[in-house]
Amino acid sequence: MAQTLAEIKEMAWWELVKRLNETPDEYNIGHDSISLKGDYYQLQERIALRNIGIINPDSIEEYIATDGYFALQKALLMKPEEVVKVVKDSGLRGRGGAGFSAGRKWESAAKQQVEQKYVICNADEGDPGAYMDRSILEGDPHSVLEGMAICGYAIGANKGYIYVRAEYPKAVSSLINAIDQAQKLGVLGDNILDSGFDFHIELRLGAGAFVCGESTALMESIEGKRGMPRNKEFRTTERGLWGKPTVINNVETLANVAPIINKGADWFSAIGTPLSAGTKVFALVGKVNHPGLVEVPMGMSIYDIVYKIGGGIPDGKKAKAVQTGGPSGGCIPSKMWDTKVDFESLEEVGSIMGSGGMVVMDEKDCMVDIAKFFLEFSVDESCGKCTPCRIGNKRLLELLEKFTEGEADYTDINKLKNLSNVICTTSLCGLGQSSPNPVLSTLNYFYDEYKEHAEDKHCRSGVCKQLLRYEVNERCVGCTRCLQHCPVDCITGAIRERHYIDSEKCIRCGECFNNCPVDAITVY
Amino acid sequence: MFLFDQEENREKIEEFIAFMDKNREMDGALLPVLQEAQNKFGYIPEEIVELISSHMQILTSTIYGVATFYSQFSFVPRGKYSISVCMGTACYVKGATDILEEFSKVLGIGLGETTPDRKFSIVETRCVGLCSDAPVVMINNQVYTHFKRADVDHILSILG
Ligand SMILES: Cc1cc2nc3c(=O)[nH]c(=O)nc-3n(C[C@H](O)[C@H](O)[C@H](O)COP(=O)(O)O)c2cc1C
Ligand code: FES
Repeated sequence: MAQTLAEIKEMAWWELVKRLNETPDEYNIGHDSISLKGDYYQLQERIALRNIGIINPDSIEEYIATDGYFALQKALLMKPEEVVKVVKDSGLRGRGGAGFSAGRKWESAAKQQVEQKYVICNADEGDPGAYMDRSILEGDPHSVLEGMAICGYAIGANKGYIYVRAEYPKAVSSLINAIDQAQKLGVLGDNILDSGFDFHIELRLGAGAFVCGESTALMESIEGKRGMPRNKEFRTTERGLWGKPTVINNVETLANVAPIINKGADWFSAIGTPLSAGTKVFALVGKVNHPGLVEVPMGMSIYDIVYKIGGGIPDGKKAKAVQTGGPSGGCIPSKMWDTKVDFESLEEVGSIMGSGGMVVMDEKDCMVDIAKFFLEFSVDESCGKCTPCRIGNKRLLELLEKFTEGEADYTDINKLKNLSNVICTTSLCGLGQSSPNPVLSTLNYFYDEYKEHAEDKHCRSGVCKQLLRYEVNERCVGCTRCLQHCPVDCITGAIRERHYIDSEKCIRCGECFNNCPVDAITVY
Repeated sequence: MFLFDQEENREKIEEFIAFMDKNREMDGALLPVLQEAQNKFGYIPEEIVELISSHMQILTSTIYGVATFYSQFSFVPRGKYSISVCMGTACYVKGATDILEEFSKVLGIGLGETTPDRKFSIVETRCVGLCSDAPVVMINNQVYTHFKRADVDHILSILG
């Protein structure tokens, strides 16, 4: 390396400040730190997203300007077991779903007396509705590379893979560019920063299978096979990719590593709650005024996130629930929004942290329909290896369809519950073990809605089309428009007289409603 | 039915063979090879499966086994315009179903189908990572955010 990191930083810092000063309204520029300006960012604490929207992701110099690769340099002067200890003491837990201690995972892999080991970055981001990993990969790719290299040094691996969703072409090109720059600068590749440590990173693209986000399925996929989860005979830290000890961590987890090494375990563990240290990035989306990525200390309440940061619910509608954890998570009703977001609290109320999707729903969302939506997802994405997941979820979906189509009766509610429990307890991998969660949590908190669907054949949100009723009201002028459009001839009435809909024959297609010139069709 | 014209695709096939040669030593090369085929030809023709098999020494049954597992690979050509309506959670609660229905109605095809003139296909997508701008529609690589049902006719008329 011709220049030291400190020399590059000195130059790059001033360049960066000069560039940002062109739009001073957007940034708070201190003498050694930069943050984004505005109410939206005030309550946030950005660690994993520290550089997003600030540095130019295509420039390694700008990454170095904000202390990039200094953590790697520092780690390389420590003993590997010291690095593991810092990460362990920081309390950093996996941000990809299960929340397993990153330090303990590293420790277990470091202990293996095997020549070849691997680091994998899980960038498969499968939860539909979450996009923090994409944002980090596109906006700050070096933070992930640095985290991986530190992990490699700590556990004794010299090869890493990043498994990225094929749906993220921009993230892929940003990573390719970043890897290339890092190798040229000597912070990746052979003999990193003259330490004698080698670390190489290769990209692999996903091919559109949600289950490949599961760690063992992901490894199968990198090996070029069908991405089906393995039986859990061994920990992946003992036998992972190609049977070698492997640490697999999520993008956001890895993006937290460099600041932890730089600022120390105590700094990190002081943020958040005692059991859930640090911050978490949430994708706050759905029916909320200011959707976007928010990074907050663990333990902030859902209410604060939705109202103080997200600006509340649009169009004067009433809030109903937030869904966290995607297809493996649950719905938390608005009356429980004082719930804190950390691993334990979310689990206590029947949801999970998952990857941090937070979808806000209002009174126009039907909770039975939402449960059905997630179950359709799980049925589609089940790999088919184990029976409870392959067939159980399908049967569960059929049961839910009975509710949304008005075919269910009271006994079906119990059937939903029983089948869900069987699937949870007997499935092979996390997909099946958690796929009934959206059903169980909505059953728990929105029991009335299920009951209405089953007994009154009514959907209070007006989402389940088969349960809607159409009626001609007194505004009817007898123009016969609806009558002509009705595909099943269930509307009768003479010209200039009020018409009538035979609801027995009606197929609820909505044509009459769409074609009425005077709003004379009531739907309820 | 459709035919894979080897003559017309000769140049692409040669490039594809070069790609396989370059990556022959790579561990777990099958997936990247299949992805290259999908990108190059727009689908994975039978003839290409045979070619991969003989070139990489992998049984065709293995290749089909792997390829059918992943939704990215298709064995029939898609239309000139691939319309994907995002059906991720954020887009779903913001009305993606209505948009999908409208495309379906106007084009007269369902999800996963292609119009007879092979101009349009409706394909499935779940979250393209732009959830804060939901609902999202992608046509080939062009992204449309805050999409409305009423935009369907307009977009289709632009594409002809
Ligand atoms: C069905 C399924 C899908 C998953 N998808 C993802 C994913 O898209 N991204 C991710 O980081 N972890 C995903 N996970 C969790 C991983 O199995 C694994 O726990 C995680 O990558 C470990 O990294 P972490 O400890 O840093 O979170 C998934 C798990 C299951 C069971
Ligand atoms: S849910 Fe549609 S872009 Fe994420």
